[in-house]
Amino acid sequence: MAFLELENLNKDFGAHRAVDGLTLAVDKGEFVSLLGPSGCGKTTTLQMIAGFVEPTGGAIRLDGRDLLMVKPARRGLGIVFQSYALFPHMTVAENVAFGLEMQGVARAECDKRVAETLQLVGLGAFADRHPRQLSGGQQQRVALARALVIRPRILLLDEPLSNLDAKLREEMQIELRQIQRTVGTTTILVTHDQAEAMALSDRIVVMNKGRVEQIAAPHEAYERPATPFVANFLGKTNLVNGANVRPERITFAASGLAGTVRTRIFQGNHWLYQVETSHGLVTVIRQNSGEAMPAEGASVHLAWSASP
Amino acid sequence: MKSTPYLLSLPALLLFSAIVVVPLVMTVLLSFHDWGQYKGIEPVFVLKNWREVFTDSYYLEMFGRTFRIAVMVTVLAALFGAPEAYILNRMRSPWRGIFLLVILGPLLISVVARTLGWALLFGGNSGLVNKALISLGLISGPLPFMFTETGMVVALAHVLMPYMVLAVWAALQRLDPQVENAAVALGAGQFTVLRRIVLPQAMPGILSGAVIVFALAASAFATPAIIGGRRLKVASTLAYDEFLNTLNWPLGAAIAVLLLVALVLIAAGTNRLVERRYAQVFG
Repeated sequence: MAFLELENLNKDFGAHRAVDGLTLAVDKGEFVSLLGPSGCGKTTTLQMIAGFVEPTGGAIRLDGRDLLMVKPARRGLGIVFQSYALFPHMTVAENVAFGLEMQGVARAECDKRVAETLQLVGLGAFADRHPRQLSGGQQQRVALARALVIRPRILLLDEPLSNLDAKLREEMQIELRQIQRTVGTTTILVTHDQAEAMALSDRIVVMNKGRVEQIAAPHEAYERPATPFVANFLGKTNLVNGANVRPERITFAASGLAGTVRTRIFQGNHWLYQVETSHGLVTVIRQNSGEAMPAEGASVHLAWSASP
Repeated sequence: MKSTPYLLSLPALLLFSAIVVVPLVMTVLLSFHDWGQYKGIEPVFVLKNWREVFTDSYYLEMFGRTFRIAVMVTVLAALFGAPEAYILNRMRSPWRGIFLLVILGPLLISVVARTLGWALLFGGNSGLVNKALISLGLISGPLPFMFTETGMVVALAHVLMPYMVLAVWAALQRLDPQVENAAVALGAGQFTVLRRIVLPQAMPGILSGAVIVFALAASAFATPAIIGGRRLKVASTLAYDEFLNTLNWPLGAAIAVLLLVALVLIAAGTNRLVERRYAQVFG
């Protein structure tokens, strides 16, 4: 039996159905991402698990027990909010200790666990600062520490990295992945960033307009998208003869689909081409290996092998 | 040109000094002049008025009452105003707008009219407030409200409540709504969330509201004059009487200046305390 089960979960806001028949089973220790554009129902789903939003229909079970009967304060979940939602009037250590205090953990034990968790997220030296005195990335780590220190049954992450700049986001992705592996907490991530979802998750749930489009491992969803929406949302794609072909799978060859290079853009580690063909515009991505590449206006032939 | 900003603000500065600084300086100077029943005001420099204000226990009692009333009003305004602001902040439109108007509405009505309203409600032993309290079984006999500190505190607290509500509301609006959810998710009950999360963050607003309410309550004139009358004087009505009834302007000026200095010191002191306490936290 799965650890966390969402069964035929619905949520209506007035006449608008925000989440429509969501069914999902998450195993213990698994990292699952809810991925989709804004308004797809992913955040509403997270809030139903957290207990801030009541489902219109369906069931949520944690370890075989009905979670909907449990008050939000008693669910024992760790949540990292998009805005971090740190307590601005408390120090970092007080922020992290708050959940333990609420559980009535003894002082000595509490201090020890706070110190351990701050060490885990690399903020051991910042215990006495206030949130305002920290950078965005550091605040994010405090929020993570505050959620992890209570040893939650599930860790819920609501767009946790979206307020960070691109470089820091990548670093935090790697770190988040390592921390989750270390503590082994079952984790649900909500994000609109497909790269983030693919980098972090064991499985991704692609959602659109309240419905699930596909549930699969990142590699599988990318290579074998169940719907055109999934194919488009997970990356650039070409629709040729009714088949999805990823731009990086297409090579310039001696023979194949004939075309003319419309535009060529250099992006450092790769070249991005748009090639005019009888099937319309085809996007091609080629690694920058230092070799000479076709220029704009050149006649080329495109070849690819069918998806495995 | 470097002097342009100064030149541009010169008209406003002139107006400000003409209507605020000059009369204030004149009042301060007036408090050092001599006065006699038959000789009137003599423009000399004496400390007579100040000595009288500081040594006569009558004035001590007046100022004591003024600040006692101001403290009670401030506490009452905070006790009712802060929850009011919290509830207001959680309301959805259109209710929020409607109730904001209800709370701020009294500001649109003259203080005199509002206080006369309280006088009607308090009036005599058969006043509406007493009747209501008796029929609710809260009191057995009528309470004296007119010409008492209780009546003054109740009326002033009502009159000044909007300032407290606005100050707290401004502080609450900066509060991240997710912060309360975060505390709940960590296992905090409703009451703990209010006490440990919301109240500390509303505190700067409560304190700045308290400074405003305290200053306005201590210097209020119309409400004490109507509810307290001649029988129960406070610093401002005392100064008024010295000016217009006794005609002892220098003594009235001394009382007025003392009230002003005391209020400025209290307000500035509280402000510094607030800033030192919260600067690093709320930046």
